[in-house]
Amino acid sequence: MNSVILKIASRYVRLILFSAAIFALLRGHNLPGGGFIGGLLAGLAVVYKGFAYTFREARQSMRLKPEFLIASGLSIVLLSMIPGILNGKNLMHGIWYKIPLGEAMEIKIGTPFIFDIGVFLTVIGVTVIFLLVLNRE
Amino acid sequence: MAAILLLLLIIAFSNFIIPRGANRFRGIILAVFQLVAFVFFYQKLAVTNAGEVITESYRWIPELGLNLQFQLDGVSIIFALLVTGIGVLVFLYAQAYMKPYGHLQRFFFFLFLFSFAMLGLVLSANMIQLFIFWELTSFLSFFLITYFNEKEEARAAAFRSLFITAFGGLSLLAGILLIGNIAGSYVISDWVASAAAIKAHSHYLPGLLLILLGVFTKSAQFPFHFWLPGAMQAPTPVSSYLHSATMVKAGVFLLMRLSPVMGNTPEWNYIISLVGVTTMLIGGYFALTQRDLKGVLAYTTISALGILVLMLGIDTKLSVKSAIVFLLVHAFYKATLFMVAGFIDKKTGTRDLTKLGGLARQMPVTMVITMLALLSMAGLPPMLGFIGKELIYEAKVQLPGIASIILVVGVLANAFMVAVSVFLGYKLFFGKQGDLPKKPDEKGVLYLLGPAVLVLLSLIYGLFPGIINRMVEVALQVVVPKALDIHLKLWHGFNQVLLLSVFTVLIGSALAFFVIKKPKLLGKWSNLNSSVFSFSFTKAFSNMISGFVGFSERNTARIQHGSHRYYILTIFVVTSLMLWYQLYDTRGWTLATNITLQPFYISILVAISIAAAVFTMFSKSRLSSIIAMGVVGYGLSLIFLYYSAVDLAITQILAETLILVMFVLILQKLPVFAKLSSRATKIRDMIIALSFGGVMTTLALKAINVEFNHPISDFFLENSYTKAYGENVVNVILVDFRALDTMGEVTVLTIAALGVFVLLKTRSKKI
Repeated sequence: MNSVILKIASRYVRLILFSAAIFALLRGHNLPGGGFIGGLLAGLAVVYKGFAYTFREARQSMRLKPEFLIASGLSIVLLSMIPGILNGKNLMHGIWYKIPLGEAMEIKIGTPFIFDIGVFLTVIGVTVIFLLVLNRE
Repeated sequence: MAAILLLLLIIAFSNFIIPRGANRFRGIILAVFQLVAFVFFYQKLAVTNAGEVITESYRWIPELGLNLQFQLDGVSIIFALLVTGIGVLVFLYAQAYMKPYGHLQRFFFFLFLFSFAMLGLVLSANMIQLFIFWELTSFLSFFLITYFNEKEEARAAAFRSLFITAFGGLSLLAGILLIGNIAGSYVISDWVASAAAIKAHSHYLPGLLLILLGVFTKSAQFPFHFWLPGAMQAPTPVSSYLHSATMVKAGVFLLMRLSPVMGNTPEWNYIISLVGVTTMLIGGYFALTQRDLKGVLAYTTISALGILVLMLGIDTKLSVKSAIVFLLVHAFYKATLFMVAGFIDKKTGTRDLTKLGGLARQMPVTMVITMLALLSMAGLPPMLGFIGKELIYEAKVQLPGIASIILVVGVLANAFMVAVSVFLGYKLFFGKQGDLPKKPDEKGVLYLLGPAVLVLLSLIYGLFPGIINRMVEVALQVVVPKALDIHLKLWHGFNQVLLLSVFTVLIGSALAFFVIKKPKLLGKWSNLNSSVFSFSFTKAFSNMISGFVGFSERNTARIQHGSHRYYILTIFVVTSLMLWYQLYDTRGWTLATNITLQPFYISILVAISIAAAVFTMFSKSRLSSIIAMGVVGYGLSLIFLYYSAVDLAITQILAETLILVMFVLILQKLPVFAKLSSRATKIRDMIIALSFGGVMTTLALKAINVEFNHPISDFFLENSYTKAYGENVVNVILVDFRALDTMGEVTVLTIAALGVFVLLKTRSKKI
């Protein structure tokens, strides 16, 4: 496909899709979203680029290669299990750290969120690999 | 004890730290550490001779009732002294023997670890621990036999020995578990304490058979004997160690250990004696017709192992005592003979008995040593072998009734031993010398040191058997409690036993005379053997293995046929049949009855989805089929949305989109339909599809009516925010409550991605 409209649109659509992916990941714990959905959205962004240009270019333009994404995602998933043991609880027990921001606000970062980031990265990698491989010439 | 074992283990591994430059004295260093271990055990001899048992215990997995337990009693000290003592000599010998070969670090590592494993085995006070060392010896002997791994025969022989002994090992483990279950413990002393309960239990016979299978494979008993002659492919120091003090003696050791637990029952007596007597006879018979010097020795080992097993099977005090003495006898002369055989092989360049001969002038010292060892093998005075054989005869003479056939067979087997001894002694040193590849000489002190020491011991113990009397007595008490006091003597006076000995020597000498004088007849005899006993165990074994491989190949091809369509078909048929059966079995449940068509827009959505699904079936174009399937998926996600499962709906939409994209990408590459399915196939597929769809629908309708006491969703709803700080319950389930599942799913995704990646990558390269 060699469409100028698609190519120009892809720049904005990808921006929107990536933003949506990050948004879904961040809000996932309290509102609809999460790592899996976010990962699929980000994967779609790469697919979109693949259709607008070629899948080879789409892969080349990725700073983090899909294999790396999968490997780091799985590693993060594994690492997120460990704080539970370090705190004397079971493996994978959720541990939350609270960072206070002013009077009434605080940010809570917990191992489940880190786990979700791992899922996010893995799903992006897997999606991209599927599509890239299927579309190879 | 544990400290000594640990030291040996560390030394074994430190072989890789000792630089290659030290190869000139590597064997000597290792021999020194063997000597340390030997001295350690020799000092303990005074303690065990006093009838005491030294035990040590270390925590290992106390939760499973498993601890590292060591036990040094009358039996294990004999074996420990043999392993370390012969170990010293073998390492010295190996230093000289292995000089021209490479990979010495590896070789000495395996050999030292092997000696460690054997020592651990005989010191174990716990059957599970014993089993681990047992397997370790099998495993290490594989590496030792296959040392000359560029030779096809060595590899095949090593595989045979590993396969057979590992098979026996597994069977032994099963037996240990069975008996351990009866005794409620794996500690050997507990087994001895509950011996009566074990013998009375219905699992006694299966347990005994399984354990015996392990013993017989390890100790090369008929019909598993054939791995042992193959094992002579190993370097000679290994053969010498393997045949005399280690590996094959492990089975004999286990019989001694278990005799107070399981012995003295008709099953024990008959099975073990029968196997032992058969092995003893065929070992002796085939020894005489071998042409390879090491082959002759290997078959005499089989015969000797048969005698040991037979004596332990008879299980009277006298027979066990003769087994203990014969164990020493055999260890001494067999280690000697193998070392001498290796020496002769080195110096003449051949082991072929048709070429070897007339070495008396060139190798006089070797001759003296060999002659003495052969005397011991033949069971003649003044060697220890004479005492051993006299005891064996005495034990056999005492046997009641029909068991006297054992005596006849025993005399025959011993006659073979005498014949082999006379034949070897004559042929090697006085017979006609053939074309030898090398001109023999007798240089190399290290080669003859081991044989000389062992032969000397054999002679001293033969002349003054009182020295080892106490040691044998204590061991006897361990194997057969409340033993009678029988003293070892060289001269028993004229009695039936002595007459039998004389008779044996006469037959044996006649046989040897016949073989030496008529070498052509020996050849004919050998040919006759191979035609009469055309059944070759080695061949049968390799046929069995290749047959099994072929069988599993055919089966795999049948099950893993590679046709994706039939995999799915199989899954659907099996699943739907099982589900239908389950539905029929629990038919008391009622189906959901309150089905409504409200609200109407959902009904319309469902109707559209159904229409799209039907369209998929009848569409002639792949692309429109796929789009229609997408309609079904999007319709489903809208239904999710209506029932406020937002996360589910989003995921479904995204996944549906991605799948559509993937299908479109694949479709470009597929050829147009070559032919459409036949009518019969279509009908078959329709029936399967309807059956599967029907069962899933029924299941869903039924599931609505199932009421569990506490739906798990309540738990999630209650605790999602309070415990996991998340308001989105679906996400909290994914990343917190059920995070392990999610991790599994992510891993599966990764594996799938890798699979697709590799599959398509290799495919595209081929084309």
